[in-house]
Amino acid sequence: MTATWISTWTRRHLLDVDELSRAELEAVLDLGVELRGRRAARELPDSLRGLAVGLAFYEPSTRTRVSFELAARELGATVTDLSVAGSSVAKGESLIDTLRTLERTGVRMVVLRHAASGAPYLAARSLERAAILNAGDGTHAHPTQALLDALTLREALGSLEGARVVIVGDAAHSRVARSDLHALVRLGASVVLSGPPAWVNPFAGWPGVSVVTDLATALSGADAVVALRVQRERAAGSGVPSLGEYVSRWGLTAEKLERACPGAWLMHPGPANEGVEIAAELSTDPRSLIGRQVENGVPIRMAVLSLLAVEMDRW
Amino acid sequence: MVIDRFGSLADPPATFALTGVRVIDPSTNTDVVRDLVVADGVIRNGDAPSGIPRIDAAGLVAAPGLCDLHTHLRTPGDEGAETIASGTRAAAHGGFTTVCAMPNTDPPLDDALRVRGLLAEAAHAAARVRVVAAATRGRAGEQLTDHGALAAAGAIGFSDDGVAVAPAAVARQALAYLASLGLPLVEHAEEPDLAAGGLMRGGPTATRLGLGGWPASAELAIVERDLALAAETGGWIHFTHLATAAGLEPIRRARASGTRVTCDVTPHHLALTDAWVAGDRHFAWENGHDPEPGASAGLDPAFAYDGVCRVNPPLPTRDDAMALLAAVADGTVDAIATDHAPHPPERKAVPFAEAAPGLIGLETALGIGLAAVAAGHLELSTLLAALSTRPAALIGEARSMAAGSNADLVVFDPQRSWRVERAALASRSANTPLVGMDLPGVVRLTVAAGRITYDAGLIGSE
Ligand SMILES: [Zn+2]
Repeated sequence: MTATWISTWTRRHLLDVDELSRAELEAVLDLGVELRGRRAARELPDSLRGLAVGLAFYEPSTRTRVSFELAARELGATVTDLSVAGSSVAKGESLIDTLRTLERTGVRMVVLRHAASGAPYLAARSLERAAILNAGDGTHAHPTQALLDALTLREALGSLEGARVVIVGDAAHSRVARSDLHALVRLGASVVLSGPPAWVNPFAGWPGVSVVTDLATALSGADAVVALRVQRERAAGSGVPSLGEYVSRWGLTAEKLERACPGAWLMHPGPANEGVEIAAELSTDPRSLIGRQVENGVPIRMAVLSLLAVEMDRW
Repeated sequence: MVIDRFGSLADPPATFALTGVRVIDPSTNTDVVRDLVVADGVIRNGDAPSGIPRIDAAGLVAAPGLCDLHTHLRTPGDEGAETIASGTRAAAHGGFTTVCAMPNTDPPLDDALRVRGLLAEAAHAAARVRVVAAATRGRAGEQLTDHGALAAAGAIGFSDDGVAVAPAAVARQALAYLASLGLPLVEHAEEPDLAAGGLMRGGPTATRLGLGGWPASAELAIVERDLALAAETGGWIHFTHLATAAGLEPIRRARASGTRVTCDVTPHHLALTDAWVAGDRHFAWENGHDPEPGASAGLDPAFAYDGVCRVNPPLPTRDDAMALLAAVADGTVDAIATDHAPHPPERKAVPFAEAAPGLIGLETALGIGLAAVAAGHLELSTLLAALSTRPAALIGEARSMAAGSNADLVVFDPQRSWRVERAALASRSANTPLVGMDLPGVVRLTVAAGRITYDAGLIGSE
């Protein structure tokens, strides 16, 4: 493989994208592109051969788990799935105890999904030999989703430099939104957040981010729009009077998208509630990048796993 | 290496002389270098009797013994975290001669017999133990405890600490009834609905970390409510561990108009900030460490999300911490109280949201205060008043360095510093984010009610 990314990467864990420099971000995306091509050509390297990777999903997520599992296996790793149900995890064993046990069995890389924000930081501090790869923690971060979003947008727009990206929805409770913000801003984009005040106002003052409650105003001049998944149980109660009110004010429709730049792209981290955050007609719209986001999932996770594996030999 | 020696209130009274010690007594506004003679537990005038230990104490400070209005001794029910013995040794090690034990134990201190039992058990402790009894039965906020019987058993205040007395009508009843006893309702000011889901102080750092935010209004709502209730009933409201700037102005106003209101703040709400949850380890007053809201620079993976920073009320914003510090300096805040809240490691080495709230404070309070003094934000005499004479006066205890007084004092070396480490702590728990940091001021001697309760080799050994 090309050597450029090896020299830029020095991290033991991937906890969030906020810690990555622009060069590191670009390196991951470049490697993702390269691995995507090799995968299509059935020429993948076995850079994880002999490496035991543990999947510790304390919160169900079939999509992300399968994507990591495929990425690790196709690069030659042995994958241990610590399924939460029926394991000692369900018996109240602490997170640290469980991960230390995994580590003692020889697992060198743990892909961790947890409902508590910051759990991967605790895990990273508690393990001696294993690397932690954050696959989503609470309402804090989802770094690989941000990386695949950034890759998808970079390819659609040519570059993120100067791009205007609108993120619509419950940013306050979204780990995808947080990680997207860090990645997109660092890659040169400006981000506009739109949604009910309680869901977007907390981000006022973030560098590179503006908050515009009114969706039509937010969309004007947008190069791309990311719709966040609405947690139905959250809609009525904490941020907005009712789901119906949300749909009418912030649900994306082809008509509302007219306000954006012609040809503005549409993204969604999935799975989408059609008819809520995006109208059903939009999922098949030619402007939709949702399919390409999914396609970039495995190669981006391969890229991250490879980089951590290379770094692993150094410590 | 000095061997720490702890004593107890049951020991024989102490006799020693410290020569050339700087004696600070905030109650009389004095600050002089002189000899301090203690004979049979009483401070004496004149020359030291022959044959008693005479120690050159040049450079050391002697001040009235510190008094903590808010201590969790975890007894009964949680002795793995702290006991009367370990908690009062931590107190003595920190220079405290009195601690007020809070009632949120298991079972709670809502019964006169239980209060008497605790006080009896504490007779041989390393610090005087007073009791803040539960304001309502089972701290459930429904039915008042027997305030009169509890006062007769020794309670010096009433609180449902851990939570506020949530129903306004019950808080009103308590204030009205306690007025007849001349004792305070000690309020943990947290409106439960507003604070629900709050894991740390709401604001840019909470947003960045994706942790539920506790808005400042959660404190203000109870402060305003209770001030109105106290004014109306003539009761005495004491707000404990205030953590926002917002509550200070109404307290000043209410006090000026004659409402009986007092308040305390903790050392950690004066010095630590919400940025500590993101891994920052600088005191509020240290400049040049102002993480940009939302910027990536503020999150240190080595310390971020450490459950040891989870505390209730949550660590304040920097502006709030500075406002609270200024309120100590101008006297709005009556006392610095520790809210010493011990927890064993297994309750802290978990994801932040699962961590038990609270941090220990008895052994670090003086050091944090001295750091604020060194940074120019407090006068030393103001600090010592807030830690000793003023809280002691609130619970009816005397503190004086004048001849004829019972010796109740702390002697510390303001020039030396120490590293906060588990092995250096007398508490059974070590849940403080200050572990690994250096604090100014080393306590050398603590004398409570005439007995040496802690001696770092000053009197007893080399
Ligand atoms: Zn409290």
